[in-house]
Amino acid sequence: MLGWELPPHHTGGMGIVCYQMCQQLAKTGAEIEFVLPYTADFSNIDFMKVNPAVPKDVSEVITGIGSVGSTYDSQYFEYIMPDGTSRGAAMDEHQSNYADYVSKLVLLGDYDVIHAHDWLTFRAALAAKQVSGKPLFVHIHSTEYDRAGGKSGNPFVEEIEYVGLQLADRIFAVSQATKDTIVRHYHIPADKIEVVHNAMEFRAEELYEDKSDNAFRCVSGLQEAGYKVLVSAGRLTIQKGLTHLLKAFRKVVDMRPKSLLLIVGSGDQYEELIELAADLGLSGNVIFTGYLNGTGKQWRDAFRVGDLFVMPSVSEPFGITPFEALAQGTPVLMSKQVGSSEVLHHVLKVEYWDIDEMANQILSTFDHPDLAATLTENGRAEMMNQSWEKSVSHILEHYHGHIRKQEFVYV
Amino acid sequence: MSDKRAIVLYLHVHQPYRVGRYSIFDAGRRHDYFESPENSPQNNAAIVRKVAEKSYLPTNAHLMRMIQENPQFKLSLSITGTVLEQFEQYAPDVLQSFQDLVATGRVEIVGETYHHSLAFFYDRAEFEAQVQMHREKVERLFGVTPTAFRNTELSYNNDIAYWADKAGYKAVLSEGWDPVLGWRSPNFLYKPSHTENIRLLTKNYKLSDDIAFRFSDTQWVEYPLTVDRFLSWTNASWDQPLINLFMDYETFGEHQWEDSGIFNFLEELPRQWLRKSEHTFMTVSEAAGAFDVVDEIDCPQTITWADTERDLSAWTGNSMQQGAFASIYGLRDAILQTNDLQLIEDWRKLQTSDHFYYMCTKWFNDGDVHAYFSPYDSPYEAYIAFMNAYLDLKFRLHEMGVEV
Repeated sequence: MLGWELPPHHTGGMGIVCYQMCQQLAKTGAEIEFVLPYTADFSNIDFMKVNPAVPKDVSEVITGIGSVGSTYDSQYFEYIMPDGTSRGAAMDEHQSNYADYVSKLVLLGDYDVIHAHDWLTFRAALAAKQVSGKPLFVHIHSTEYDRAGGKSGNPFVEEIEYVGLQLADRIFAVSQATKDTIVRHYHIPADKIEVVHNAMEFRAEELYEDKSDNAFRCVSGLQEAGYKVLVSAGRLTIQKGLTHLLKAFRKVVDMRPKSLLLIVGSGDQYEELIELAADLGLSGNVIFTGYLNGTGKQWRDAFRVGDLFVMPSVSEPFGITPFEALAQGTPVLMSKQVGSSEVLHHVLKVEYWDIDEMANQILSTFDHPDLAATLTENGRAEMMNQSWEKSVSHILEHYHGHIRKQEFVYV
Repeated sequence: MSDKRAIVLYLHVHQPYRVGRYSIFDAGRRHDYFESPENSPQNNAAIVRKVAEKSYLPTNAHLMRMIQENPQFKLSLSITGTVLEQFEQYAPDVLQSFQDLVATGRVEIVGETYHHSLAFFYDRAEFEAQVQMHREKVERLFGVTPTAFRNTELSYNNDIAYWADKAGYKAVLSEGWDPVLGWRSPNFLYKPSHTENIRLLTKNYKLSDDIAFRFSDTQWVEYPLTVDRFLSWTNASWDQPLINLFMDYETFGEHQWEDSGIFNFLEELPRQWLRKSEHTFMTVSEAAGAFDVVDEIDCPQTITWADTERDLSAWTGNSMQQGAFASIYGLRDAILQTNDLQLIEDWRKLQTSDHFYYMCTKWFNDGDVHAYFSPYDSPYEAYIAFMNAYLDLKFRLHEMGVEV
């Protein structure tokens, strides 16, 4: 299994998805070796082997995320040398070292299949397939087309994606929408792509009703004063559709001045969105928290404090934050461009560009507690019914289709 | 009427209460917006102590020597309420040195808003309350009552002159800005349009900025500037009565460091100027009564002493700043009705113009971040900390049962 991140050392949804998928795979008896591009403490993971790809002559690879930019243009790597000195490594250099590491590793063990997540791992996946001849499954969580918000993305990244999709034996897409994108924009035959919906499983301790003091005390206080709170969480990039949301929210505030919008996250649109909110005269209504760690209390409380969670993405292959909102008992509004709308039915849905309808739905939820309560109750029940079982058995079928063996080892 | 030529040296002393990195998670929990950890760039106590060592204490020592050495040397100071409060809290020795200067009778204190705010442009009643607060503070600490007025950032227009005239001030100060003066020189006494008794003194920005901005610029053709050379530039206006040198007090030792020779320049200035018997120094109110008015100045637009634009755009130019102003003044009625002195004072400290200046993006866009001084990494960070404090004010109002 080739991936770019795992919780708790992760920045986006992909790490969580990989974690939960592998956990379910391991339950079926699969042996998994998960190769990551950095060194970190993963003692929380006992169901598979987590293997950091550390280049030759380097003793440790540290990663971090800058305050702006999408995952891959703000992520940085630092090499710690055996003598204790360190140096930075560019994304391209590190990808190349990761590929070297994987193509050597694949010859050492007795692996059956190679399963690679998103373009960041594709160079390694292709090298590994080339030297070992093992079947390659690529798993698409998002494409460059999605990340660029439906506009032209980075051609270098698109090229790597294209080659990976072409040379893979089988492709897993996290939603029908993603499959459509791969067919339409990468010209891959539809019958080579399987839709494998993500699930979002919560541990029992994550689902209890949190009675502790909310981290957003000021926001809670203003709610008592009659304010309603709309929450959005994620990277602040064009893909996430926040400029449309702000315009819709202007209409909400026109109708209902006691409305707040809590924007959680950072990204390359951070400053642009602050200025846009101010331009729209929403200075006193829009709150920017900046980056919050996705495993912390502040992150969870952002969902908890909301009267409505919104995911207004222009393009979102899957999107797991709506599940986190439902887990905290907050109803959800999402754009029809969000992939998880294929599996969530008890949520409000709107075209990302339809700001009038978006404002209408936000206001309706704010002003009609019955609507909010019904959405929460049914949405939460639906969320609880999600599991990885079905998706993983689907993945296993395709593994088996390519190789017949009782015990699997996946690299 | 005086037949002497006078240098009117006027220095402005100010420090804001900077807002710390106040996050939305602090809001509703703690209300000490102006407190910051010891080593953070927003720590007000540390800044006041640092500027005290570099500027306030040495400059006041020089000014005191100049007063003792030159019987005709005088100057004017405006000292904001927010900096006086910080002297009381963090640097009583600095406050004492200012009190010693004023006690000589040769230092005039100019009136302004206590909180160094732009309230004049947003809320006249609030503006008047802050001017009154400042007057009382000055009377209590220095035993004098201001008779001249300057508005924050030397902002000026006909309305300000009209207000100051009605309030009984003898003089009001402004930038000597060419589009307003036209062909006229800043070196005369003027009467603002639509006023009765008040006089207008206009800053000679060329000579003032030679000291305040260019003094230690090694790329400047006149570098290094000597007092002799500086005074030779005043010869051309030998028949004009005033040389209005208006600048930030922190020019001495903080903007221009001691090793630039700025303190020697300062001490040498009265020595050389007063060698001629027709030369003297005057305070602003004194100058307002010493010469004839030569013309009326009509200034319907607002001018300031900032930037090449000389307008309010450094404080109100972008929508973050406008939103922050609208938000803070929008709370006026709710805040004042509480009669909660701490809440009202926190709200007033948030009106200090510096908070809005830190949100200015007009230089930030050019990447010229160092063109202005800000304790924040970016204007956005300044805006977010400020708006979080604003939300907390609303939270406190709600806790008190006030509709927000």
